[in-house]
This record gives sequence, C-alpha cells and structure tokens, in this order.
Amino acid sequence: MTGYPRALNETQQTSPSLDATDRRIIVATQAGLPLVAEPYAALARQLGLEADEVLQRVAAMQENGMIRRIAAVPNHYALGYTINGMSVWNITDDHISELGRQVGALDYVSHCYHRPRHLPLWPYNLFAMVHGRSRQDAEEKVSGIEVLLGEYCRGHEVLYSKRILKKTGLRIQG
Amino acid sequence: MDSIDASIVNRMQEGLPVCPRPFDDVAATLGLSVDELLSRLQRLLDDKVLTRFGPMFNAENMGGALSLCAMQVPVNRYEQVTAEVNAFPEVAHNYERDHLLNMWFVLATEHPEQAGVVIRQIEQKTGCQVYDMPKQEEFYIGLKLAV
Repeated sequence: MTGYPRALNETQQTSPSLDATDRRIIVATQAGLPLVAEPYAALARQLGLEADEVLQRVAAMQENGMIRRIAAVPNHYALGYTINGMSVWNITDDHISELGRQVGALDYVSHCYHRPRHLPLWPYNLFAMVHGRSRQDAEEKVSGIEVLLGEYCRGHEVLYSKRILKKTGLRIQG
Repeated sequence: MDSIDASIVNRMQEGLPVCPRPFDDVAATLGLSVDELLSRLQRLLDDKVLTRFGPMFNAENMGGALSLCAMQVPVNRYEQVTAEVNAFPEVAHNYERDHLLNMWFVLATEHPEQAGVVIRQIEQKTGCQVYDMPKQEEFYIGLKLAV
C-alpha cells in the first residue's frame, strides 16, 4: 500500500525499460484507472495513443514488476480494521526465508519483510503487519504467527500504532 | 455496505487481468452487470471504503528506493521532532508506535544512494539516531482484508 518514488520526472532515466510514454501512462493512472468498461481504451483516448499500445505497455510493466497488480486498495479504518500492529520477530537466520514466505502467505498479514537487526537494541529481523478489528483480534492473529514460527522464533514484540504522523500518497511527477 | 459490496471489496483486492474489458469476468462471477459493478465501485471510492483502484506501482522496480527507519525520540521533544522529520519531503509515512523506538517512518527516494544522505540530515536536524531497516527480502505485499 505504501510505496512510490517521491518524484520521477521526464528527464530522469530510472530504468532502461521505462520511457516517456510509460511515464505518461503512470502519471495518468496514479490516481486510479478510469471506471469504465474499457478503461485502457479510455486512457488511450486521453493520452492520444492506441488502446493496444496502452494495454501492451501496462502488461509489460506488470510483467517486469513495476506494477504489482491492477487492484483496489481498501481503507482499513472504513472497514473496521482500526488496529494496526507491526509484529516483529527474532528468527534464526537459516530459516528466515522459508518462514517469511509462510508468514507472508497468511491472509491476515498485509506486509512481510526480512530487515536487518540492530543489536543490542533491536534483535528482530522479520516484520509482519497485522490488522485487526480490535486489540484482541490483532493479538489472536499474532498468536497464529507465533504458532507457525514455533522453535525458530527467539522472541517477538508487537508495536501498535498510536498515531499517524504523516501519510502522503503518490508523488510521481509528469 | 451490503454483502455484494463486501464481495466486491474482497474480489477487487486480488487484481484484475490486463485486457480490454477487465471488469467483465468479475461482474459475471458476482452476478452483476458491468455497469452495476462500476457504479458500486465508484460509490465505494466516493464513500472512502476503497482508497484507490488501479495499478499498484512498485517503487524499487521503477528505480526508486524505500526504507523503514526508526528513532527513539525523547517524549518531551516528540512534537518538535515530528515536525522536523515530517518536513523532509522524502518522508512518505510516519507513525507513532508504542515502543522505546517510538517513531517509525518510511523514506522514499528517487535513488537508493540518497537515503543515506537524508538519514544523516534527519539525525543532524533532530539529534536522534536513525535506525535504518531497509528490506532484505519481501515476502508479500498486499491487502487481503476480509469484510
């Protein structure tokens, strides 16, 4: 849900496969895709391109990972998921890749990463974001992760969010 | 929000095919016309149940860089440090969390090497050490909120 370059511009070549036309498509869709039966045709008209070209370029960006998927982003709070807990785990290094995949696959984990420890203050190397409708709901989900990790987990904590201090959206420039 | 809206919210998080008429199959699965699906989607966006519908871009694969950073901010300076950190345009998100490390923010930069420069600037400005935690592996990104 959260990750975009702060500002891309036309002159900056960030990737050999991202050209000026791709950038125009990105800028035109960063707020969203037109909500019509044929959104790529609508986008093509808006940009003065052929619908086929827009489709091919979007497909290519999805293929090479610039686009994760074409999907809706829900508002946690509006859906009643008011509790946001960042669960952090100290996992034996040999097992983190396999266990990370398993934790990431849980349907109540929205983000899951392997990150560096900062010893002695911060021994945790696996981060899994959990969303709950209540503190108890979130705690039950964290317990599910704990069971999954079993003996390979040497400690964990849950950092609940107290306040959103800043949240900005897309900042890609045309 | 009725049960059809809930099905739409669940289904639309999964991703649509890149094809000329991407809504057709979803509408058929949900027993709706495409027009009804689109008008419900628009309403869910208007009501802010959904924040966005469209391509989900991946910053790293577009040449940018993201890092998660944490700081231990003295409680009596918390509001001041919040303002100082938030003033950096590279700070995309910032959360207060219940921990000794009580401020967690995401840095988004155009190039990976800029992150270190911004981190040093934040340390100088705030007097707090920044614990940089760039991802080493990503296991899943996506929201699968059931409603």
